[in-house]
Amino acid sequence: MTFAPKREDYDVVVIGAGPAGLAAAATSAEAGLSTLLLDENIGPGGQVYRAIASTPVIERNQLGADYWVGADLVQALRASNAEIIQRATVWSLDRNLEIAVSVGGASAFVKARRVIVATGALERPFPIPGWTLPGVMTAGAAQTMLKSSALVPDGRTVIAGQGPLLWLLAAQILRLGGRINRILDTTERGNYFAALPRAFAFLTSPYFAKGLAMMREVRAKVQVVPGVTELAASGDGQLASVSYVAGGKREAIPTDLLLLHQGVVPNVNLAMAAGVEHRWDDLQLCWSPVLDQNGNSSVAGIAIAGDGAGIGGAGAAVVRGRIAARAAAEALAPAAAAKLPPMAALRGDLVKAERGRIFLDTLFRPARQFRIPSGDTIVCRCEEIAAKDILDAVAIGATGPNQLKAYRRAGMGPCQGRLCGLTVTELMAQARGKTPQEIGYYRLRAPVKPITLAELAAVPKSEADVKAVVRG
Amino acid sequence: MTTNVDAIVVGGGIHGCSTALHLCLAGMKPVLIEKDYAGRHASGVNAGGVRQLARHVPEIPLSIRSMEIWEKISELVDDDCSFESYGQVLVAENEDELAACRARVAELNALGFVHEELIDATELRRLVPAAADTCPGGVVSRRDGAANPAQTTTAFRRKAEQLGATVCEGAAATNIRHSDGLWHVDVGDRSYAAPVLVNAAGAWAGSIAAALGEPVPVETVAPMLMITSRVPHFIDPVVILRGRKLSFKQFKNGTVLIGGGHLATPYQDRNETVLDWKSLATSARTVFELFPVMRDATIMRAWAGIEAKTMDDLPVFGPSARHKGLYHQFGFSLHGFQLGPGAGAVMAELIVNGGTQTRIGDLGIDRFHPSTL
Repeated sequence: MTFAPKREDYDVVVIGAGPAGLAAAATSAEAGLSTLLLDENIGPGGQVYRAIASTPVIERNQLGADYWVGADLVQALRASNAEIIQRATVWSLDRNLEIAVSVGGASAFVKARRVIVATGALERPFPIPGWTLPGVMTAGAAQTMLKSSALVPDGRTVIAGQGPLLWLLAAQILRLGGRINRILDTTERGNYFAALPRAFAFLTSPYFAKGLAMMREVRAKVQVVPGVTELAASGDGQLASVSYVAGGKREAIPTDLLLLHQGVVPNVNLAMAAGVEHRWDDLQLCWSPVLDQNGNSSVAGIAIAGDGAGIGGAGAAVVRGRIAARAAAEALAPAAAAKLPPMAALRGDLVKAERGRIFLDTLFRPARQFRIPSGDTIVCRCEEIAAKDILDAVAIGATGPNQLKAYRRAGMGPCQGRLCGLTVTELMAQARGKTPQEIGYYRLRAPVKPITLAELAAVPKSEADVKAVVRG
Repeated sequence: MTTNVDAIVVGGGIHGCSTALHLCLAGMKPVLIEKDYAGRHASGVNAGGVRQLARHVPEIPLSIRSMEIWEKISELVDDDCSFESYGQVLVAENEDELAACRARVAELNALGFVHEELIDATELRRLVPAAADTCPGGVVSRRDGAANPAQTTTAFRRKAEQLGATVCEGAAATNIRHSDGLWHVDVGDRSYAAPVLVNAAGAWAGSIAAALGEPVPVETVAPMLMITSRVPHFIDPVVILRGRKLSFKQFKNGTVLIGGGHLATPYQDRNETVLDWKSLATSARTVFELFPVMRDATIMRAWAGIEAKTMDDLPVFGPSARHKGLYHQFGFSLHGFQLGPGAGAVMAELIVNGGTQTRIGDLGIDRFHPSTL
């Protein structure tokens, strides 16, 4: 059974129940603010703590100690007065802080005095030749199956890419008895030198020891090929083999399942559709919202916490959630805010949680050839637009992603640019000799997640129904 | 530094681009100034209706002129603009509405216009098989159709540039002034001077006219549109309703565009609009009732473009009533896209020849002069 929001107005609406959203909602409720937490999934946790309240994986060490931190966050939230709605898809947020949410096939509108967007991250597109073949999936999708259903691959499996989550997933698959034939590490050799000056902070960060142990654990069981500079999936309607170049040598291996991952990027769709200003982040190679130190965006009343504010990991997300909620409490209920942990302490926590992040960002900065495809490689999966099609559009005058929509429909399919947006920006920037910031991004509009016409038709009527007939 | 050109066109919508293109064809060297990029606002994001149907009488001659150009659009701009012509159908939902349709067609016929044709229930069903059985007929304009608005506007811009127009995008026209017999406009750190200035700045044109001493009762509006996921092909013509706000168009790829003129809130200074989902829900309800095949389709995206709407819903088109060399081309009030190609051709005739064979007399800015209001 599903429940619509109990009220039409809330002090604070938090969108997303990952680490940032869980922490923000608990903090907001603790300050006595009427708080609504809307989350799309079946249960709380987001991706990092996915299925935290329901996972069939009971052996704690299989998912790692960090995973179970999520249980405490959920417990704290459930002990609060926050209203929590799962399977609630927010499909519109605007600068008037009006939120449209779909719950159980019916849409409702709520208004907030403060909105904390905690929509987290999504995986960076990995547009190599053949990436759209059945049998190729993202590491994140594999992790979802693993956490929700304890499903692990049993065919010939290759993991390709780079980044901390890739190693975490590999370790989790192995611990649950899954099969990995080979790991193709695409980390550029030059990144190790570039990251070196940042290594000290990393050595003293919580990531270091855990990361090292995890990599050692995986390497003991799987052949890891470093320095992969080319990668392609092929097969006739189904993945059959993965070919790669490492150290100048080309090799092809028969493969049933290829898991791709080259890091995560902020999930910006909802915030962008609300009009929040974003800027290109040259280190993380993605769009990040422009925020003040409390997470407040360019739209009054909308704050962003967690990885949606710029990738920082789960620990930083929790603290950012608390900071954004405390800032909301300071504005709406100053007396109650005084009882919360002081802002200075939270900022100290954040510095600690973010330590080592620049090292990771530098080390795992994905290589150009894996971000910017060429030729027949598909960029926009929904409309099947290849890299060369986009270059053709540039040649006849498309100057940015929004003109490209008119020429090729790129980004206009069901994913609304989530799987092609970054690629399109970088590809057009390269073709036109501009920076990604100058090229810009798709103008995103609601519904941020599709809703059926029938559901929209069932929305309660407004007074504006009767008006003079005007046509366009 | 000031560059002398033959004409300055302010506004890179379909109108400004078309006028620039037609000025080039007449041998002039215009500059086109667009503060964002061509087609950024209403011209690039409208429903793409290429419609003579249901127009106000004073703009019908311009619409017919435009239609002739639309039918050979590739020859003009080297791009098919995705123009297709399956007609546009106005559906009457009851006998009263059909009676109004009958009167309208009779009125047009009396004026010598024959593009609108009254149809009965049988012909309506033939054209729009999915129309509800209760609809008794309507009006069809068979040569009408639809095009891709952004593709069209950029095609006009591109062709104008190829023919010698200077296109300045990304910087607004400022400090518009008349001195020594020339119009001067600043664009960033450049200046242009020309004997002719065309005000085709869409939602921003009203303030230009006002600053030049010709205020017009014009407001900024943002009509909303939404598009669905692909559904099986079920309709060819564009459909509009007589009694309710709805326009409806299925594209080749199966997606369906739903419009009709419900308005978003424009934030002109920020180039932004805030959608009114409760009004869009009204459109969704109308579609739900009339086309059951659409009920399970999903709404993929909704948007609104910013444009100008005049008090009488007619464009301001023609020479200034006050200044030599100044021409206005704005206020198309939610139905300017189809007029773009023809309006550019007529505007070039006004500028180059000092007159045109196309009847546009009722569209002049003088109708808003204090003495006539």
